[in-house]
Order: sequence, then C-alpha cells, then structure tokens
Amino acid sequence: MLRPTPRLGSHLNRTEMGWRDKIWQINWSLIAVLASIACVGFLTLYSAAQGSLEPWAVKSMVRFAMGVGIMITVAMVDLRFWMRHAYILYLVSALLLVAVDLRGTIGMGAQRWIDLGFIQIQPSEIMKIALILTLARYFHGATYQDVGRPLFLIPPLLMVLAPIGLVMKQPDLGTAMMLLMTAGAIFFMSGVRLWKFGILIAGGLGAIPVAWQFLHDYQKKRVIIFMNPDQDPLGAGYHITQSKIALGSGGIFGKGYMMGTQSRLNFLPEKQTDFIFTMFAEEWGLMGGLFLLALYSLLTAFGYAIAMRCRSQFGRLVALGMTTTFFLYFFINTAMVMGLVPVVGVPLPLISYGGTAMLSLMFGWGLVMSAYIHRDLPIGRRGAHDD
Amino acid sequence: MYHDNDRSKIFTRRALMLAGGKAALVGTLAARMYYLQVVESDKYTMLAEDNRVSIRLLPPPRGLILDRNGIAMAINQHNYRVLVVPENTPTLTYTLDALSTIITLTEHDRARVAKETKRRRSFMPITVRENLSWEEVARIEVNAPDLPGVLIDVGQSRYYPLQSLGAHILGYVSAVSENDLTGDPLEELPGFRIGKGGVEKIYDMALRGRGGTSSMEVNAVGRVIRELERNEGEPGVDLALTLDMRLQEYAAQRLGDESAACVVMDIHTGEVLVMASTPSYDPNSFNRGLTADEWKDLSTNPRSPLQNKALSGTFAPGSTFKMLTAMAALEAGAMTPDQRVFCSGHMQLGNIKFHCWKKGGHGAMDLVGGLKNSCDVYFYEMARRVGYEKIAEVARRFGLGGFTGIDLPNERPGLIPDRAWKKKTLKQPWHPGETLINAIGQGYVLATPLQLATMTARIANGGLAVEPHVARDLIQDKSALPRPTPDWPSCGMAQKHIAWVRKGMFAVSNEPGGTAFRARIEQEGMWLSGKTGSAQVRRISMRERESGVKKNDELPWKERDHALFVAYAPEDNPRYSIAVVVEHGGGGSAVAAPIARDIMIEVQKRERARMAGQVGGNG
Repeated sequence: MLRPTPRLGSHLNRTEMGWRDKIWQINWSLIAVLASIACVGFLTLYSAAQGSLEPWAVKSMVRFAMGVGIMITVAMVDLRFWMRHAYILYLVSALLLVAVDLRGTIGMGAQRWIDLGFIQIQPSEIMKIALILTLARYFHGATYQDVGRPLFLIPPLLMVLAPIGLVMKQPDLGTAMMLLMTAGAIFFMSGVRLWKFGILIAGGLGAIPVAWQFLHDYQKKRVIIFMNPDQDPLGAGYHITQSKIALGSGGIFGKGYMMGTQSRLNFLPEKQTDFIFTMFAEEWGLMGGLFLLALYSLLTAFGYAIAMRCRSQFGRLVALGMTTTFFLYFFINTAMVMGLVPVVGVPLPLISYGGTAMLSLMFGWGLVMSAYIHRDLPIGRRGAHDD
Repeated sequence: MYHDNDRSKIFTRRALMLAGGKAALVGTLAARMYYLQVVESDKYTMLAEDNRVSIRLLPPPRGLILDRNGIAMAINQHNYRVLVVPENTPTLTYTLDALSTIITLTEHDRARVAKETKRRRSFMPITVRENLSWEEVARIEVNAPDLPGVLIDVGQSRYYPLQSLGAHILGYVSAVSENDLTGDPLEELPGFRIGKGGVEKIYDMALRGRGGTSSMEVNAVGRVIRELERNEGEPGVDLALTLDMRLQEYAAQRLGDESAACVVMDIHTGEVLVMASTPSYDPNSFNRGLTADEWKDLSTNPRSPLQNKALSGTFAPGSTFKMLTAMAALEAGAMTPDQRVFCSGHMQLGNIKFHCWKKGGHGAMDLVGGLKNSCDVYFYEMARRVGYEKIAEVARRFGLGGFTGIDLPNERPGLIPDRAWKKKTLKQPWHPGETLINAIGQGYVLATPLQLATMTARIANGGLAVEPHVARDLIQDKSALPRPTPDWPSCGMAQKHIAWVRKGMFAVSNEPGGTAFRARIEQEGMWLSGKTGSAQVRRISMRERESGVKKNDELPWKERDHALFVAYAPEDNPRYSIAVVVEHGGGGSAVAAPIARDIMIEVQKRERARMAGQVGGNG
C-alpha cells in the first residue's frame, strides 16, 4: 500500500472537489513519463523520415498535444460519471462494431474504420476502453461471495465474448487478443477463483482447432510463417526476417541516430508504424531498447501504484485494466518485431505513427489519472458516494 | 465496509501476482533483445551487409592479339549503345518515337524495349540499340534535351582489323553457353564474350584478365544509393603471336581460291611464321551475328572455309612421305644409299602389280635418284626389305601420327597405320601390299600440313624433335613469360642418314630432272631443298591404266590428286621449313612447288630486310 503524501492526505474527503482542486491533484510525474516515451517516438519518426519533421514527426507531436488535452479533460471528469455511463458507452461501442461489420470501409484488408464524414473512428479502439469501464462497473458492486458464484460470472463473460466475436470478424486478431487478455486481468483482479481460470484456459486451448477454421488465410499464413520465418524469407516471412536482421545488426550500442542502414534503405517494412521499435533498436542498440523498456515498465508501475492506492473497486479495476491494455500494446508489439509472437498488427504505444491509437491511449491514461485524482473518493455499489 | 477491505486485500495480492507476471514478460523481452543484439549480433550484422551491399563486376578489357611485328590482329572497339531509363522518361513511347527520327529503330527493337520495361524495375536502363556509329551517337547527344531518360553507354566489342587474314588462328569470341561455364564470375555478365576458337580459345583465360568489383549500396528495391568501394581488375594479357601477318597475307594471296593450306615454321624454335588455310572467313561476322544464309554458305561450302586445314585437314602425304621410308631403311640397314634398284615401271608382289607413276620406269635408281625422280618402285623395294613396322616407327619419331602439341585447338593427329590399328578398326589382317602402298604415303597414311612442316623441320635441323607454337611467349596463368631457349630432344636418327635424305631433297629442287627443278630458287643463299607429292584420291582401274591414266584436268575437282610440297631453306644453313598442300590441286611439282618457292623467297627476303634493318639500326 502506498502512503499518501502528507499534503494530499490532508484532503481526505474528495466527494465534492472543484476543478481548481483537481488540477492540483494531477500527477505530473506520470505525464512526464508519458511525454518521455512520446519524445522517443518523435525522435524516431524524425529519423524514419531521413531527418525530416515531415511527414510523421510533426503530426505525431500535434496528436500527442491533443492527447494530453484529452487526458486532462478526462481526468477532470468525476470518476462516478464514467461509472454511471459505462454500460451506455459499452452499448454504443458494440453497436458501432456491428455497424463496421455492416458498412465499414475496407482498410488493410480488414474492416476496421467507420467514416462519420468529419472523422474516421475505429470502434475497436473505443471498445478497449468501454469494456474495461463496463467490467469495472459490474465487478465494483460484487462481493467476494458474489464473485464465487458461477452464475454471477456469466453476464460479464458474455460482455467480453460479444465484442471479441465482432472484432474477430473484422478481422483484427491483435485487438481480439488484447480484449481477451485485458478482460482476463480484470476477472483475475476481481477475485475470480484461480481454478475457474484453469477451466477457461483449458477450454480455450481445446477451442483452438475450431478457431483455426475461422481464421483468414492471411492470418493462418502469419501464424505458420511465425513458426518458421526462414521458410519464406522474401515472401510473408520477409517482415520478421528483416526485422530481426535490423535489430540484431544494431548490436549493443546501435548504429547511431539516423544511421540505421536497414531501415534507411527500406529493407525494414512499416518502419514508422508497427516496426518502429526495430528501427529504434537498430539505431540505439540494446542500450536504447532496454531504456525504452524501462520507460514502459515505469509507466506500468505508475498504473499499478495508482490502482492499489485507489479506494474504490471501480477506480482500482479501471486503472489496472488500462495499465494492462497499455502493457499488452507494448509487449505484443516488441515481442512481434523480435519474432516472439506472430505479426498481428499492434502498434507501439505512443511511438508508432497513427492517430487513433495515440488518442485512445491518452483517453485511457486520462481515466487512470481520474482514478488517481479521485483515489480517496468512496463510491457506493450503485455509483453513489457512500454506501 | 468489511467486504471492501476484504476485496482490497485480494486486489493487492492479485495485483502483485499480475505485476510479477508482467515483470517476467518484460524479462523475456530483455532476454530476447540480448540474444538478438549481443549473442546473434554478428550473424545479423553480416546479413544486414548482404542486404545492403550489392557487388557488381567490372569487366576487364580483353587482351589484344598482335603478330610478331606488332601488327594488331584483334582489338577492342568501343561499342556505343543507346539506353533508356523508363523511370526518367515521361512517356516511353513518345521518347522512342523521338529517338526513331534520329536513328533507325526496327519494330523488333521497340517490341523488345516494351517487353523489358514490363519485366524490369523502372530505374534499370534498357538497351535500345547497340553498335551505334559515331555519327548516330553525336545526333543523340545533340538532341539530348528532347530525349529525357536516354543515355549513351560504351561497351567493348572485339574487332579483327585484318578480317579474314589469320582468322583460323585467331578464332573468334561469342556469348557464353552453358557448357563453357568455368566458375569465373565474369561469365555471368550479360554480354560477356569468351574465345570460341583459335588462340582466342586456347589463351582465353589470359586474354580475359581479372574482373574488378564495385561495391554498391542498394536499397530494398535494388536502386543504387552510392558506391562504397571500387576494386579495379586487371586487363587481359596482350598476346604476341609468332606469325608474320605480311607473310601470311602473301601466302594467302598465293594460295588464291584453292582449297589449300600452307605452314611455314622456324626449324630451330618451332615458331610458326605462316599458317594459311584458304578459303577463309571474316571472324567479325560472328561477332556481328551471321544471317542464316551466310551461315549456310560457310558451313556447306565444299572447300570448308571454317576449317583450319593446316591442322584439321588430313591428307595422304604421298611422296613427301618417302624421306621417312628412306631413313627407316637406312637406319635398319636394309639398304645402303648406293644400292641400286631397277625400276621397270612396276613391281610384282605375289600376283599383284604395283605401278610406278612413270609408265616406262626409271631404270636403275640409288637413294638420291629415287628421291629426285620420286621413283615409286625404288621405295617399294625399300619397304619390302625393311618392313612396314620400322617405317611407322620412324614416321612417328618425325612427328606424324600424333599431335604436334601446337597451342591451337582442333588439331587432328592424322594416322600412321599399323597391324594393330587395322585389326582393331577394320578387323582385317595386314596385307604385304599395304606395306608398299603406305611406304609411298598412300593407303591409310594421313597427315596434316602442320605435321608435314614439322617433319621437314626435324629433317632440316638435324633430327631434333622441334614442336610448333604460335604464341611468342609462354602464357602461364594470367601472365606472359619469355619462352626459354628451346632444347629439343633428338629424334634418334643418325646424322649420316639425315644427310643422305637431304642430299636427295637437294636434287629434287636443284638438279635438272628433279621433280621440282622448275620451282627452284636461283637467288644465291636462298636455295631450297624439297620434295614433291601428288596424293591419289581415287583408285585407278586396270582398264584405265591400259587405256591411259587420265590427266588431272580431265577429272572432276573432287577426284583430282592432292598437290603437296615440303621444303626447307636456305640449303646451306637451314632456317625455315614449309609445307604446302593444295587439295585436289593436281600435281605437287606443277602446283604446290611453285607456291612454296614463292613463299620461301618472300620469307627469306623479309628475313634479310630485318637483319639489314637491325644492323642499320644498331650502326
């Protein structure tokens, strides 16, 4: 348990805080870590464009600035507001996912975007947040005994499986995996018995052959190539092989900033998006890679500290769920470019070029920040300030 | 509130478990990073270099070929090509249209460019046309602003300035075929040519030189970013031949349109000064590409212009073989030079009559007389006494029936038959009559003009087994070293026997009545000694012999005798040997001997002029 700082400890009752009070509560260290990671991203995007702010670095900076704005705005909002609107947000997200399936436009061979005219939104990104909020709300009111009852677990299980099914249909294997694992973490944190996880994992493994049938050819290919990338070095295995070559040739200290030959000569695919970590590690070597890993771990630790300091179960679950999602982003991405997991198209959080992921991640950190600001706020079972 | 504390405890416990799990995953990432970037780093660094660096070969210029006086026989010419880079030209068809108003482009050229454009990456230059004239190059350069993406490139192509002269010795170059691959990376270059005949083939490796390399940094699609390193190769070795092209030209003119061959060699060193084979062909036409008609003309011509008759043509040596029969008989002691044989015009062996070429016979003949008159009966008698095996042995010692070892491809060994050979190939026993026939160079005996010149050289130099060559220097690996002073082994023939034979050859050319007396050299110090030969290519029937043997000019070309003449000069201090063979030319004394005489006069004149020049130059 973290001890509150003396100054903060003096304001124990935070039921009715004004926005001025809240601004003082913002955890600026967390923002500093986020900004550090984002800066690594700007530097790398500048290098990816061969020493130019265009076309990626500047846009990424603008987006990060917008993201910080969104984050602070979200953090200012009362945690109880998010709890009260969790189910509605979930429902809207689910409907948007259905809409994507029905009339979504085709992007990268998968239906992921919905075009509202003025903005293109990716419902699966919204769902990542909505699912966390919805599960947190569901488990917030549950006692330890409730969680022990199997029937009690059926509604949240359906809440998880429905969006996963919709996302798989797009198809977006990476997001489906992340939804599943984040939900798993929330179930786990809510006190679901370990043996139940055992049954679910066993069932899941048993379902793999069935799920295999539903995978698209390109997804099957990715998995097969992942098992043996050398089989097809110029075809589908090209990404993994080239990524390992670029990374490995970086060595301990790297080739130097803006001197990564493999990425500069375009041997490395998608160097500004999914494979940006490879480019960074080619130029900065093992030292750079470990530094970035340390930054991500520090951010994760912040999330855990906030979650454990939080008084309400809802705040704890939201903070931990968001932190887990973030962790999965960077773990899956780095493991993917190092050939540890199949290529599933998950960006490196806050660094990869791409608008939606950046904004939705900052929204998520806004919720974590909100949980921090409202850490001492007691929330009743139905969202009231007291039981 | 009690349950809230409860949940908080569970939450904290489980959070620590989950954090532990995540820490383990981060540890895995770090370990993987360590494995890739430290443990396997060398491997990936190498693979990265492989990716990045593309090594291109720079073809070295092919070595020149020169005659003994430095006259260029094979040179490299600039081959101007016009290329187009599709990426740099806005509309390819428009650019080609513009280009075709300046130089001629066939439909075929345009179709090929269109095809290659689809096949290759857009920044790779595509050859539009080769072998541009200087004027065409100039026209393109002047119009360059209107021809975006068009560039001129200079390649090298082989050119033989003397054209058909010496073509057989030079050979030619052409594209590499599957069977020619030796592993030299140069062979992979598009447009690379290798030697396919003559010295171009034999000394191909030395002429090629060593390819240089240029390391280029390329990006993922193969575009060259910059040159990292350049390693110039070594140009091919310039090859100096022993041939004298001015003599060669004279000899070729003298042979004229006949299907003939002439070899002149230095009897001491083995240097071949002249090796002419007529008719000849222009090797440049191979480089240019032959049309089907041209190829048909060359390959079906009965006088076989593509064949180097000097070493691939095998002929019955006829009476030029008689020196060997004589030396065999003398060495075996079967006859002495003074012993006389009476020629009545034929010789009876069993129930077969063996005729002399002179119907009435020569009367009593000794060795010198037998050679001078080329009396067949005299040599029949010699052969009968010494036996065929001994003659075959001497013939081989003087260079017949095997390769001379000349540094040219496609040499044929000719044939010195014997009992074992006949048993093996014809499955027949040796008849005593065949001893007589083969002893006068008829029957199965076959020799190349080069072998006959070598044989004559060995007689003229006192029985040393000289071997001919055409490259002035000794080519080893890829460098030319001066040849060591020759130290030929002996043929093992006693000097006195050789002296007798030479006395007979002197009589042939210099005594009235000798078969080549009319083709003697009268200039002091240039006298030549020789031996005529007329090799019959058809069987003369009994009936024809009774009604009178037909004269050569009454016969169709294919049935006429081969005319042969071998000689050496100058008589007092021999230096050169010559062999002339005119296929179906008629008689040796009437056709071959005058040609040989004229060439030998020219050879010796050139020699004297050179000596005088040297003396003058030194003085």
